[in-house]
Amino acid sequence: MSTSKSETIQTVIQPTRGWKMVNFKELIMYRELIFFLTWRDLKVRYKQTILGVAWAVIQPVMTMVVFSVFFGGLAKVPSDGIPYPLFSLAGLMPWQLFENSMRNASKSLVANRNMITKIYFPRVILPLSSVLASLVDFFVALPILIVMMIVYGYHVNIYILLIPYYLLLTVLTSFGVSLWFSAMDVMYRDVGIVVPFVSQIWMYITPIAYGSSLISDPKWQFIYNLNPMVGVVNGFRSAFLGVYTQIPIQSMVFSLLISLIILFGGLFYFRHMEKQFADLI
Amino acid sequence: MAKYSVEVNQIGKRYRIGVSTRQYNTLRDTLAGVFHNPKSRLYTKMTEENSFWALKGVSFKVEEGKAIGIIGRNGAGKSTLLKILSRVTEPTEGSALIHGRVGSLLEVGTGFHPELTGRENIFLNGAILGMKRTEIESKLDEIIAFSEVEKFVDTPVKRYSSGMYLRLAFAVAAHLDPEILVVDEVLAVGDAEFQRKCLGKMSDVASQGRTVLFVSHNMSAIMRLTDQTVVLERGKVVMQGPTADAVDYYLSQGFSQEGQHEWKEDEFDKNPAPFHPIRIRVLSEAGTVSDTVRSTEKFYVEMDYSLDEDIAGLRVGFYVISTRGEFVLTSFDVDDPEKFEKYSTRKAGRYTSRCTIPGDFLNEGRFVIGVNASIFKIRTYFHDEQALVFNVNGTGAPGTQWPEPRTGLIRPRLNWEIESKGE
Repeated sequence: MSTSKSETIQTVIQPTRGWKMVNFKELIMYRELIFFLTWRDLKVRYKQTILGVAWAVIQPVMTMVVFSVFFGGLAKVPSDGIPYPLFSLAGLMPWQLFENSMRNASKSLVANRNMITKIYFPRVILPLSSVLASLVDFFVALPILIVMMIVYGYHVNIYILLIPYYLLLTVLTSFGVSLWFSAMDVMYRDVGIVVPFVSQIWMYITPIAYGSSLISDPKWQFIYNLNPMVGVVNGFRSAFLGVYTQIPIQSMVFSLLISLIILFGGLFYFRHMEKQFADLI
Repeated sequence: MAKYSVEVNQIGKRYRIGVSTRQYNTLRDTLAGVFHNPKSRLYTKMTEENSFWALKGVSFKVEEGKAIGIIGRNGAGKSTLLKILSRVTEPTEGSALIHGRVGSLLEVGTGFHPELTGRENIFLNGAILGMKRTEIESKLDEIIAFSEVEKFVDTPVKRYSSGMYLRLAFAVAAHLDPEILVVDEVLAVGDAEFQRKCLGKMSDVASQGRTVLFVSHNMSAIMRLTDQTVVLERGKVVMQGPTADAVDYYLSQGFSQEGQHEWKEDEFDKNPAPFHPIRIRVLSEAGTVSDTVRSTEKFYVEMDYSLDEDIAGLRVGFYVISTRGEFVLTSFDVDDPEKFEKYSTRKAGRYTSRCTIPGDFLNEGRFVIGVNASIFKIRTYFHDEQALVFNVNGTGAPGTQWPEPRTGLIRPRLNWEIESKGE
């Protein structure tokens, strides 16, 4: 968008036809807006709170405590041989990144209605910056997991290098799901009701409070693995806690495939709906 | 050959009405609706019955560096046009070609967040309007100075007065530096001093050789800032030409009723109930309805309306504007304290409010009457900014022995004393 006097930008305004992909070149032009909206989301979330950004740590820790008491302690849920608190926290970290991203990003369009009806910018920036803001929260909470590992005497091994991959997968999946939900939310506000509910159910079908070894029937295992978060959560936990002894190529590729299907479907759907946002919202 | 900044070619915009505007209030209604008519909640094709054209076949060109005004009554499609040109929404048909970076100000303070401080909002809003961070940083002091909120710049804007909020918002917008500026009615807010400042800034922009597209109801602002004006009516361009001609055309269009105007249901873009405007008339001194009155004689402006229910604090009045957009006067039927007491609550029923305008008051020329029925600061029931046009004939007015037009909106018969001091 920088303009030297000689260069003029030419814009053609006309109805778009057919299915188009989100314009990534334009997104790069708008990178500063992405930064500012992410920054705003973070800033606003912890404004006028006493504990501020500490909430990003408190949430997973409190959930871990509750899980450890009820599932680990009372119900004796199997945890793949890992001490239950550590097991659940290592699952909760990627999960809460996913869940927070999805919850915030899904309502991001409707929440920023006044921007959408008044200013042009690539709409996809709104869910994107919500996801990025949740990613920052994740990194704020991450040290607590490292502290827990030290407490339980766990060491990392070379497979810790897989963590960025699993993080990327979490972000891609949550972004993909958010594209669908946020675009649908513009037309059907039912989405606002459905998302918290979906995220709750989704958590139960993801191995966070229990180990996935609980599902032993191969037929069910396949269906279970269709949930991309199964591979992500298991992978993240195993890579972080040094459980892996070899690269889990098969599950890595499988999770990636499902994530990409959701993501690309979402990108097309979003782009298709985008032109109507300002009229319908 | 002139270079064009904006070329609009046969733009049309169709909006869906009916089905999609049906409100569903409860989940049960929604489910019931889906059950009875599953397709209705989903995508249905737009047909002539369930849609309307907010714009149709709109074409015009704006030369580079020119300021163009867009005027029209409420619902004529002005805002839709600006939304299309600033790419907020897509046209249904047609195309537009824009040469240069567009800055659109459809509203000041877009994206302002109440929890953030003034300074933080400057950065956020600047980024939303398309400014670079370095650009904002270099203009930061200027923006803060322009907004006059220096002392509070690190206070969350939710604690600002509405005036401060607006000043800050406009300050950011005013420092936007695009080649083409699209502005909608942003000047309609704030106090007189602030409006003056905004208008000044706007004419700076226009005189710097930027292309400006300006929508406003403020005819004097349009006259001051623009050279060319497009008049829209029901989604179509009905007139395009030099601003003075276009404003005159706009303010006097569609008034063949000869001194009276009866309102029809489809004229309101929002239902004025429980207030029902019926008609407005201009009556000469003799009591005949007429579109021309004499400057030397008194005349009456009469409004008929009915109320469905009792309304407390209602005032019904009108204002008179010249065809150049200058306000001559504003008057309400309960301006008089005694009447204000007596009609503190108006019972349901039919009413006529009649105002006498004295003779030897208005200068010759053409005037527009706008109507307003409202409760002060609470609610505006009805507003018609050009309900009626009438002419004032200057025959016999002071000074008519010289066949020259007198400047000024009023032509009072003033008392002069000429003293001869002798030799």
